[in-house]
Amino acid sequence: MRRLFKIYLDKPELAGVVLLIALTIVFEFTSKGVFLSYENMRGVRGLLPEMGLVAMGVTILMIAGEFDISVGSVFAMAPMVMAIALVAGISFAFAVLFGLAAAAGVGIVNGIVTLRFAIPSFITTLGMLFVARSITVVISGGFPPVLPLDIPAYVFTHFVGLIRLSMFWFAGIAVALAALLSLTNFGNWIKATGGQIDAAAALGVPTGAVKMICFALCAVLAGFAGIIQVLRLGSPLPSLGEGLELQAVAAAVIGGTSLYGGVGTVLGAIVGALLIRVIDNGLVLSHVDANWFKFAIGALLILAVVGNSWLRRTSRRIKLET
Amino acid sequence: MGAPLIEGRGLHKWYSGVHALKNVDFRVDKGEVVGLVGDNGAGKTTLIKILSGVHPPDGGDVYVEGQRVDIRTPKEAMRLGIETIYQTNSMVPTMSIARNLFIGREPLTASLLGFGFMDQARMRRESVNAIADVDLHLRSPDALVGELSGGQRQGVAIARAMHFKSKLLILDEPTNHLSVKETNKVIGFIKALKSQAVTGIFISHNMYHVFQSCDRVVAMARGEIVYDRPIGETSIEEVQEFL
Repeated sequence: MRRLFKIYLDKPELAGVVLLIALTIVFEFTSKGVFLSYENMRGVRGLLPEMGLVAMGVTILMIAGEFDISVGSVFAMAPMVMAIALVAGISFAFAVLFGLAAAAGVGIVNGIVTLRFAIPSFITTLGMLFVARSITVVISGGFPPVLPLDIPAYVFTHFVGLIRLSMFWFAGIAVALAALLSLTNFGNWIKATGGQIDAAAALGVPTGAVKMICFALCAVLAGFAGIIQVLRLGSPLPSLGEGLELQAVAAAVIGGTSLYGGVGTVLGAIVGALLIRVIDNGLVLSHVDANWFKFAIGALLILAVVGNSWLRRTSRRIKLET
Repeated sequence: MGAPLIEGRGLHKWYSGVHALKNVDFRVDKGEVVGLVGDNGAGKTTLIKILSGVHPPDGGDVYVEGQRVDIRTPKEAMRLGIETIYQTNSMVPTMSIARNLFIGREPLTASLLGFGFMDQARMRRESVNAIADVDLHLRSPDALVGELSGGQRQGVAIARAMHFKSKLLILDEPTNHLSVKETNKVIGFIKALKSQAVTGIFISHNMYHVFQSCDRVVAMARGEIVYDRPIGETSIEEVQEFL
């Protein structure tokens, strides 16, 4: 029993799951049965992959001990690059690749500047938040380009029964990232780099390269999420994803990712993202003034950080047989 | 007696204008545990960083078993069998014991270009054995290192070095920030090195700890070696006069 309790305490994402279930029950009740309805779930699920992909990238980078708050701008920039490539007559697959390459480029610049000049990634990516947003607006020329109608956007947007195809992309990437983190040696290096960088370096882990890859991965996932959203909406607005960076960090932290690096899970990122989506949607359906949404997310974020550190302390006090 | 296990000849190191290491000759023979003492800033840590591949020397050469070597990275040092344990941060507190033991040297079941899936069953099994080998008893290889006491952490670090068959174990002030009881435990680990024929360099502020566990004492001051004698032929008072 104590063992089970300790396992529960050691996994803050489980507390998120419990909260998620509780909120679902509350919202189902307050929305008079609309919340879990077929149509509403379809809407929630449509948004989840986009938010979830960004949150997973931010989480992995945070585990490696760095931040990226430029993801919201990259979320808008990658699809803008893709749209411009499409308008220029480039094939769909290559246009998507160009968009992802632009995102990777931003991530690599974030990494190089942060590591080369040893400055906090918070500052580097805060600067990049403005830079990438500005580039997006400039290259859009003020008028968002119109996506050609004949592109095979259905590889992301088509519905298979209840589920949009983007959900399968999201699930596949989530499984791959979870495996990367917990089953591979590279995942071990990510956790060691973020957990105690001196020890990792002394043991021969290429900590700089690990962080660079995580910066690039985080940006590519944000760009990919933006591309999926634009293909769903049909138009690449340069203002897309504003404020998303903070929601993504909030999702990561709510899911149990440590601000100090070394701790976090892909499942936690998904649970965090899902919680934010559920609160957003549930409040609207419960006829609560929509302006309370940010209040709820903010309160949840603070509660999660306080709660997680309490969980960790309590778990440490429970000593099983030594 | 053959070539020394490790030898530095004419080592120099400057840090932004400060001459931290001045023409230092230092050697450790096989099976010997050398105590390296001296004040802060005496050059102990600088010397160790050169031997463990953290910083390259600005002048002089390093030899391992008679061969001249260029130790550019910690990984290179480990490949040569030189393992370093630092005062506090040689472990990642947020990771399990089994994962900590194999950071950077994970056994893989399948790999491509050096990346692949870890053999986690083997990691758990071997870490249990490695920990038992240094006479440390811990409940589970899945426990987080952050939950262990300072002495236990150093024990796990030593177990890691032994597991990878290190030829030379460098302990950089491993007893700092430890309680008396925990310190004694670590001293016990160092004494046990001798019985396992492991060569060691033990850096410490505490002369008593060095005299308890080492064969030879080397003292440094102002970037130079000022004293070098077997423990049996000297006393704590005599060494202290040179510092």
